[in-house]
Amino acid sequence: MSVPRYWREIKYRYRLIGERCIRCGSLYYPRRAICPRCGSRELEEYQLRDRGRVISWTVIRNPPKDYEKFAPYVVALVELDDGVRILTQLVDIEPEEVKAGMRVEATFRRIREDGTSGIIEYGYKFRPRIESEKK
Amino acid sequence: MRRVSITGVGLTQVSEHWERSLTDLFVEAAAKAIDDAGGEDPEAIYVSSSGAPFIQRQLNLGAMVADALGMAGTPALTVEAGAAGGAIALQEGVRAVASGLYDCVLVGGVEKASDASPEEIAGFLSMPEDQEYTAYTGITNFGLNALIYRQYLERFGVRQEEIAMLAVRCHEHAEGCPHAMYPFKLSLERILSSPFEADPIHVLECSGIGDGAAAVVIQPSRGEGGEVEVAAYSTSTDRVHLTERPDITTFEAVKRASDRALRMAGISRRDVDLVELHDETTITGIISLEDMGFAERGKGTSLLAGEGIEAPQINTFGGLKARGNPVGATGLYQVVEVTMQLRGEAGRCQVDGAEIGLAESLGGLGSTCAITILRRS
Repeated sequence: MSVPRYWREIKYRYRLIGERCIRCGSLYYPRRAICPRCGSRELEEYQLRDRGRVISWTVIRNPPKDYEKFAPYVVALVELDDGVRILTQLVDIEPEEVKAGMRVEATFRRIREDGTSGIIEYGYKFRPRIESEKK
Repeated sequence: MRRVSITGVGLTQVSEHWERSLTDLFVEAAAKAIDDAGGEDPEAIYVSSSGAPFIQRQLNLGAMVADALGMAGTPALTVEAGAAGGAIALQEGVRAVASGLYDCVLVGGVEKASDASPEEIAGFLSMPEDQEYTAYTGITNFGLNALIYRQYLERFGVRQEEIAMLAVRCHEHAEGCPHAMYPFKLSLERILSSPFEADPIHVLECSGIGDGAAAVVIQPSRGEGGEVEVAAYSTSTDRVHLTERPDITTFEAVKRASDRALRMAGISRRDVDLVELHDETTITGIISLEDMGFAERGKGTSLLAGEGIEAPQINTFGGLKARGNPVGATGLYQVVEVTMQLRGEAGRCQVDGAEIGLAESLGGLGSTCAITILRRS
């Protein structure tokens, strides 16, 4: 992983920044230069909601390189409260406890390491929403 | 545009060819196809491989294979579109002959997956997806299939046993097929008791990734009858991220490409005698049948029970599941197989009286779809 390639995505991954079409209001994650819905090229940065619900999920048993130490891990399709969908690992939960519709929230986690001397990548994962925060 | 025909075909067994290289495999399939077409030297070569730049670190495969065939001097290029690369390369070759640019073209696909470790293959198979926001999460290609599978089960109330029957049928069809990777039957119990690859998908519901090469020669139709003509070819794309598709249990690219191809061929679905599906997992095969219009939404499994009287034969040599999935070559295996059926040279896999066959190939999980229809003239 090259440093610039990682660095250029930091804002979008660390802070969940997507894009909003100024003309039609469509929301996107990841970011886009052109709105596929209305064709507009005027989009602005948009802060995604950091909470949502699980739409579908799977458990990765045979992971790709650099993800071995997390296996087995859950990857879910989550619909955020603003309707934007995001693909993410679910953590702090056993695979058999995941349910459709369950409430989840974003958390900042380590994603992968590039060997012993390369970059350690961070970004978002989601976890079950912590009840105490409901108040 | 001229009418064009497949005049020569060749393939290797899909297997783990430990003793053979990428070019060894390509040369075997290509030489068979050229001989089968009568020995004329092709004027251009189109090659498809997905893994070569990543697994073998080999670029410039066009020149590599042209030289290996003793045809240095011939224009050659590589086409890549994930697992649809073989089908897209074929369509480019067809256009080149149909337009009159060339009178004889060789199109071949090759993959040598056994040179990589299982972790590398898991990474390789998710390379047709967005690397920064999809593969980044650690999801694999089979994992993406699993997200769709779970949603499909919930939405349509279909049982997993019904979907996994596609794998049972594929293995029945592959039995005795000399070029299949897994030419034997597998019971439903065996498939559903295999470990999970990516819940709810079992390992034995996934296509078998293997080494192999397949090639065809394309020439103008002579108009004498009995030829295998390319009746239609169409490609479509879709939003790459599953998160941006309004409904993940349907592939819009498959709908668009198949509708257009059927129109181009001037036929209806009931005219199609056999379909080679892109069943990278059981669920993808079932949804493909629905999106191509051979079954209603949520009813794709009914074709496996033999309920559709007009239904075409499916994956007549075992499909990606049992013939095997040599990724960048897979689309060409399908075309070679349909040609063998239309020629009546399919041996114990023969579909009686087959006249029209359709091949469906996907690159990425539905972000590219190539449909090719062949017809015996």
